[in-house]
Amino acid sequence: MRKGIAFALTVLGLWVINWILTNWLSEFAYHLQILVLIGINAILAVSLNLINGVTGQFSLGHAGFMAIGAYVAAAATYYGDPFLAARFGEAIPLNMLETGAFLVALLLGGLAAAVAGLLVGLPSLRLRGDYLAIATLGFGEIIRVIILNCESVGGARGFPGIAERANFFWVYGALAITTWVLRNLVRSPKGLAFPAIREDEIAAASIGISTTRYKVIAFVVGAFFAGVGGGLFAHFMTYLHTNTFSFIKSIEYVAMVVLGGMGSFTGAILAAALLTMLPEVLRAASEYRMIIYSLLLIVMMLVRRQGLLGNREFSWRWFLRARRPT
Amino acid sequence: MLTINDLHVHYGAIHALKGISLDIKPGEIVSLIGSNGAGKTTLLRTISGLLKASQGTIVYRPDGAQLELTRRLPHQIVASGVAQVPEGRLIFHNLTVQENLELGAFQRRDRGRMAHDREFIFTLFPRLKERLKQSGGTLSGGEQQMLAIGRALMASPKLLLLDEPSLGIAPTLVQQIFACLKQINARGTTILLVEQDAFLALETAHRGYVMETGQIVLEGTAKDLLHNPQVKQAYLGQ
Repeated sequence: MRKGIAFALTVLGLWVINWILTNWLSEFAYHLQILVLIGINAILAVSLNLINGVTGQFSLGHAGFMAIGAYVAAAATYYGDPFLAARFGEAIPLNMLETGAFLVALLLGGLAAAVAGLLVGLPSLRLRGDYLAIATLGFGEIIRVIILNCESVGGARGFPGIAERANFFWVYGALAITTWVLRNLVRSPKGLAFPAIREDEIAAASIGISTTRYKVIAFVVGAFFAGVGGGLFAHFMTYLHTNTFSFIKSIEYVAMVVLGGMGSFTGAILAAALLTMLPEVLRAASEYRMIIYSLLLIVMMLVRRQGLLGNREFSWRWFLRARRPT
Repeated sequence: MLTINDLHVHYGAIHALKGISLDIKPGEIVSLIGSNGAGKTTLLRTISGLLKASQGTIVYRPDGAQLELTRRLPHQIVASGVAQVPEGRLIFHNLTVQENLELGAFQRRDRGRMAHDREFIFTLFPRLKERLKQSGGTLSGGEQQMLAIGRALMASPKLLLLDEPSLGIAPTLVQQIFACLKQINARGTTILLVEQDAFLALETAHRGYVMETGQIVLEGTAKDLLHNPQVKQAYLGQ
């Protein structure tokens, strides 16, 4: 019951904010765009946090999962819309049809990425640490090259003309669902298996955790939400190019997870917001922008190695107690 | 309870175990002593499925059943009632004492008996109860060892494998821990104890095996081994 109310309030809140943003604050289009990108990056960072932060599997292939989700979802609406309009156009109002197609497309993108997560997860199980990082990096690049050679999604020219359907409401709704699902997964009775594998794989195996099973779960679930994030990205930018999904993108997400604090979902969201805004704020510094950005990352790691939130989660109680003078 | 027959294990080209055979009867404490590199840890890890045997059999017989362990995965072996306290403790440093213990019971569903086992662990090691909310890494070496043993006991094992429980721990705590092993054994858990401190191990055990470079060179009751001239000279420094 309380969960139902919380869900309803979240949906209502997001819808109201979205309405205000699009109707009253439409002259701030640039800021709105960054706000939505923060949400998309947060979905990616949160989903990577399950793999990297909580389970401790160093993956550099997250942009690959995102790319799969983005292209599959984009192709789904691009090729599916005309078909649906011809078939059901008279029976169902167009905007309902388009929204439905969009949601199904996101789901398809997520599922395709999850299948890829399974494929990467299985051979990667034999690899640890640096070796896994290199293997996942290779995977991400393979995905990119395959898409680059796929003429039906534009190939090297890119994929233009994707319907614009993702907005504040859908992106932040997806972020809320992603965070909720992943946090419950980790807090479930068997969820301790994920941090146990991160802490010590041999110990985890020796007390009866099937490390194989939980690593694959982490990869599949993490990849699914990365795929959904990719689908949202596609329907927000309306144009895709494989260059966007190079391993640099993967490294950005790793930076968000590390900066937020390995294992902290709310930390990942906070870091995604910071690292998305920072290059924009630093535009004033023009050509020194990326130097300052990199320097800030270095300083951050020197002064606060455990990340912004460490392995804690943000909570109001903790926040208020931290404010109160002692 | 456990019968190992002609067990061979290789690490790549290195032949670590060269035909080990040993036998553990229900209710026993059996000690395995030997110097560094004799293959003691390798043997334990092969029993618990963390390492693959290249030849030989490990037959485990819990209450009438009969299982061949060399073909099973670690989590299946734990489920059948064999728990391990790994060398160097390997507790989960960033998780709390409570979470460490919960993870020990990872495959169990019998909540009632789990609570019972927890109480038994707290009577053995009251300090763990005081530190439930503390993270494992903040415990002292001896407390970490207690936690590692407690974690293994949470799996409700019929056979408990211990790998060097005295390693790097203050002598008074070592005495305490070994006294606890006898209590655990008295509760019906069979114990295979790997230990470098031969005197301590043989004092605690009913029977013992002496390992050297991947082979068993001596076996007998703990009392006989304590008085054996070879053992005295090589491991007891007498």
